Amino acid sequence: MTDATRGPGRSAPRGAAAPGLVARLGHNVTDTVVMAQRNLLRYVRLPRLLMFSSIQPIMFVVLFAYVFGGAIRTPGVNYIDYLIPGILIQTVLFGATQTTTGLADDLSKGIVDRFRSLPMARSAVLAGRTLADGLLRNLFTVGLMLAVGAIIGFRFQGSVWQALASIGVVAFFGYAFSWISALIGLLTRDPETAQVAGFIWVFPLVFASSAFVPVQTMPHWLRAFAKVQPISVTVNGVRYLTSGGAAPGVAPADVWQALLWGAAILLVFVPLAVLQYRRAV
Amino acid sequence: MSDTAIHAQGVRKSFGSVQALDGVSLDAPRGKVFGLLGPNGAGKTTLVRILTTLLVPDEGEATVLGHDVRTDREALRPRIGLAGQYAAVDENLTGRENLVMVGRLYHLGRREARRRADEVLARFQLEDAAGRTAKTYSGGMRRRLDLAASLVGRPEVLFLDEPTTGLDPRSRRDMWALIKELVSGGATLLLTTQYLEEADVLADRIAVVDHGRVIAEGTSDELKARLARDYVEVGVERPDDLGRAVDALEDVGGEAQVEREALRVSLPAPNGARTLLEAVRRLDAADVGLVDVGLRRPSLDEVFLALTGHEAREDQREDQDGGQDGGQDPGGERNAAHRDVGEGEAERAEVTA
Repeated sequence: MTDATRGPGRSAPRGAAAPGLVARLGHNVTDTVVMAQRNLLRYVRLPRLLMFSSIQPIMFVVLFAYVFGGAIRTPGVNYIDYLIPGILIQTVLFGATQTTTGLADDLSKGIVDRFRSLPMARSAVLAGRTLADGLLRNLFTVGLMLAVGAIIGFRFQGSVWQALASIGVVAFFGYAFSWISALIGLLTRDPETAQVAGFIWVFPLVFASSAFVPVQTMPHWLRAFAKVQPISVTVNGVRYLTSGGAAPGVAPADVWQALLWGAAILLVFVPLAVLQYRRAV
Repeated sequence: MSDTAIHAQGVRKSFGSVQALDGVSLDAPRGKVFGLLGPNGAGKTTLVRILTTLLVPDEGEATVLGHDVRTDREALRPRIGLAGQYAAVDENLTGRENLVMVGRLYHLGRREARRRADEVLARFQLEDAAGRTAKTYSGGMRRRLDLAASLVGRPEVLFLDEPTTGLDPRSRRDMWALIKELVSGGATLLLTTQYLEEADVLADRIAVVDHGRVIAEGTSDELKARLARDYVEVGVERPDDLGRAVDALEDVGGEAQVEREALRVSLPAPNGARTLLEAVRRLDAADVGLVDVGLRRPSLDEVFLALTGHEAREDQREDQDGGQDGGQDPGGERNAAHRDVGEGEAERAEVTA
């Protein structure tokens, strides 16, 4: 019988001294990576989850392009070129609901209790989840959307750097948003509620924005909101980059504002989510 | 180091208006199995969560291996293991992946985490299923995997919260065998259970918990010896026989308890068969219509009942409270409860003195 099979209580006493700062930082990184791996494996084990979560945005692309596209006037740019930046942002926002349900699911099943009783960094459960869902999975779906867009006529009109930067802005904003979703998941705690709660507030934000239509056609009171809200700003920023500045109503300032919004969201919601995670029992 | 692995003194915790723990004190010795026995809602899980640093107590002090669970969490966590009430495994990971993940989170190297995962898999007879996702596991296998996960870090103190709740009898016995084997390796183990039999089989010491308090503590033999009393049980023909039976049985044994709907009277029989004989004589003389008279030995469940005033298992209690055919008079039961809890406390004082 080896040492490990002899049972608890036989192990040598562990070092009583607290690990140094460098070791702790190293542990934090390891913990986050391990948690991210765990969350990514979910997509490998549940290919249908990835499939269906990809079908939905594809449907949106096709429906908007062919159903509404003919009726929506976007001076200076093809509707499909106008649409794709909006679709990209919509995809990462709708996808973020999986962070909400995933975390609520973990909380309801007790696996979070195991994590919390382990000597791991408490932030790693959230950091790993948002890294997997909010960044890596998003990059995958963004790639998929760009491919579908390319098939139906979407083209980057700016430089290669602008194209890459546009993907970077989408990824960054999606990552920031996944922390809001994480907070909602921690607050709702049960997967069914989380499913609904994670979704409803995203809808008006996405549709009352410049994602699919120019805001000029909206009634005055709605336009006032739609013009300044973060989704519009971010979509405009992405649109500026994908169109090389050719799309209507976009400016370089939108890019910076989009990044500022992302940073502001992170600044507010990372601490809130971590705090709520510590509180959630 | 002291011989006490787990120490709690006056621990209180409330959730809103619910007082989950109402001043729990206990000491669990090193290298032994300490059983926490009580019905659902008694506060067992709350106590385990406090001792494993998942919850902060409102009042009182608690230390595990000398570490304060409030202020010294970082040092404590690497030394403890927890297997909770629900199998806390990731369904989408394979058995091995689950264990390697836990090992990595104990900050073992990749290779070491894999090595330990394989070791515990072998020990828990999960090797064949190691490559399958936990979703495909049976309930018993999931619990084994969960227990295995709690051992990957080689904890010095292991907390098992109702490790067999919801398992079929065979899986339960398998689990018992595994736990016994762990214990023979010198582990300190705190186990919660609502099954008396389980506490009896596994625990060196048992604390009976009810309504957030420890109402009795001792070895299982001590608990049984203090509470095991024979009962005379009398079944009567008609409801109006009950009163006469109670009158007739005055001074025969202990205080009679009446179960009105079941038409039964039972009383403690300090002198066993002699008490029974005396009871029969008196009942005969009083001309009480009898259906059944007998001497009963208390089961373990009754020991529990005597201590807590209600059944050990929630489902049974619900059956009796809800269904008329349960045959218990709720009022009578409650009165009995008060008396017996009082006794339990008195006896506890005796033991600690």
